[in-house]
Amino acid sequence: MASPLTPEQSVDLLRTMLRMRRVEEQVMHFGEEHEGLLRGHYHVYVGQEAAGAAATAALGPDDYIWTTHRNHGHVIARGGDMGRTLAEIIGRADGYCKGRAGTFHVAIPDKGILHTSAIVGGCLPLAAGAAYAAKVKRTGQVSLVFFGDGAMEEGVFYETINMAQLWRLPVIFYMENNAVSPGERPGRGSPTSEHAATALSDVPRAFNVETRVVDGTDADAVYQTVSDFVARGRSGEGPYFVESRTTRWPGNYGSFPRLVGGDTDIAWTWAPENAPEAVRAWEQESDPVLLLARKLLAQGTLTRDALVELDRQVREEAAAAAQFALNSPLPAPESVFEFAYA
Amino acid sequence: MRQIKYAQAIAEALDEILGEDERVTLIGAGFVGLTPSGVFLNPVREKYASRIKYPPIAELAYCGIGIGAAMAGLRPIIELSTATFSYEAIPQIVNEAAIACSNSAGQTSVPIVFHMLYGIRGAGAVQHSGSPQAWYWNTPGLQVAMPGTPADVKGLMRWAALKSRNPTVFLNHQKLMETEGDVPEGPYDVEFGQADVAREGSDVTIVATSIQVPRSLQAAETLAREAGISAEVVNVRTLQPLDKATILASVRKTGRVVVTDESHDNCGVAAGLAAIIADEGYDLLKAPIRRVSIPPVPIPYASSMEEFVTPSPERIVATVRQLVGGR
Repeated sequence: MASPLTPEQSVDLLRTMLRMRRVEEQVMHFGEEHEGLLRGHYHVYVGQEAAGAAATAALGPDDYIWTTHRNHGHVIARGGDMGRTLAEIIGRADGYCKGRAGTFHVAIPDKGILHTSAIVGGCLPLAAGAAYAAKVKRTGQVSLVFFGDGAMEEGVFYETINMAQLWRLPVIFYMENNAVSPGERPGRGSPTSEHAATALSDVPRAFNVETRVVDGTDADAVYQTVSDFVARGRSGEGPYFVESRTTRWPGNYGSFPRLVGGDTDIAWTWAPENAPEAVRAWEQESDPVLLLARKLLAQGTLTRDALVELDRQVREEAAAAAQFALNSPLPAPESVFEFAYA
Repeated sequence: MRQIKYAQAIAEALDEILGEDERVTLIGAGFVGLTPSGVFLNPVREKYASRIKYPPIAELAYCGIGIGAAMAGLRPIIELSTATFSYEAIPQIVNEAAIACSNSAGQTSVPIVFHMLYGIRGAGAVQHSGSPQAWYWNTPGLQVAMPGTPADVKGLMRWAALKSRNPTVFLNHQKLMETEGDVPEGPYDVEFGQADVAREGSDVTIVATSIQVPRSLQAAETLAREAGISAEVVNVRTLQPLDKATILASVRKTGRVVVTDESHDNCGVAAGLAAIIADEGYDLLKAPIRRVSIPPVPIPYASSMEEFVTPSPERIVATVRQLVGGR
């Protein structure tokens, strides 16, 4: 399919996706190399960059975005500063939420991420509510909520999609099914979560909600799908449901993510056989960052040198951002009494 | 001043609030429960039909939708009907609305009202007589309003709906709906965090929430008449924010306190208020603080048992007489 994006937009998208990847690598370096820095559990967005970046790129600056415990990538995709994001992830004073949110709840209200819930399905009705406000105020805004396949095990999903359809709310339910085998990504597949439905996409269809299944590693397909829904949402139509299928990154198994193959080497774009065994197949078939980079090289949109330079710049930014976060102080203990009430 | 019913005051408040601010939107429109006073709401329901949404039976989602709408600039009032129905929405009320302001370091506010009818309403039995005020008071980030008079409900509702920037759990007792009281004409605010001395007295302070205010006033009347005891009644109005100064000033005056609220004894509102008075006013006390609330049992259907556990004026009178001693 012809890309819905201009060459410049495609390169911008790749830059965003590289930022998302490099920030998560910094998070895992924090986790693996700095004793006591990330004191609890955390989740990374590695392997879903095309979905988060392209879906976000299809939105306007006034639209609402809602995310989950796996929010770092979405926050960066929305233009979050890498340093302030990393500072928030480790609970520092310069973080977007002054260290209150931590890794699980990063929010950037002035970029339309009003609140982030780490409770599975927690933001689903909030997203519908922002869409309801947009409809009441006739602003033309659209509300897009990212959530995982596991949220479809929660009751709140069913109450919310029913009400969103009954009230025709301009909300896009963007479900990230992040554990689909490469062969099943474009097809029907089966749920990876504990679910009785044959296909998760059957569920919204039962509520008469227009539904599309996309390969979430294909930035063009994601952008096209979400752009269509956003355009219709602007005129007050909706809701819509997207099932975005990606393949789980091998470092994403177990309780904590692990950089099992080390940092992504941009040279794996043209030589994936050099990737460590643990990630080799995934880098060949399923890494959305490298899939887009390969496409842009093949189309001649980017030269190999330009790609290497782009990656070098992003790695430099991410390293500086990590240093900024580490240098940021812990919030003053007494500041705990601020902001409980507006 | 004119006297109107409590339910009528709610209807007036809603009419004025909806007329004044387009951001106010209603999800649900019961407000007074299955009482004869439902008729007072009908004109409001008709006048503002386009501003009222009647949701499916989905408390979790419609509370969440209200919260999201509040974050995005509306001022929703969610009418949950029976307070126990709010238990279906606890994840959204407690774990999203209450924490969003703190989590965002004050960047996101949630100006929403969750209205519900709590308490022993008569034949509500184990699932329709619940009193969740202590739970919600124990949730930082929420405001809790418990009006006890028609004048207060009107002014508190207006302040919560139009002025507040925080999520409010607004608890009305269904048995208050048919009560009457003085209510000023036209719109006015009763700002949260301002208790009211409903009756002045010198021997004992009765600190009361919601329906315990008229019950305490009745008890004070009886105490004066039958025992010559002068009881001061402090109407708390809002638990969060709490007007500690007015409560402690009364304790300073009388030295004896009975706290009364229609929730359970254990970790209940009366317990919480008693703890604050003990912490901050121990030196003012001439006698131990006493509570009149509900024993720690579910509320049964049979009227005999229901009456037995209700924190009635008679129980308040008996507790005060025992506390003041020998009279």
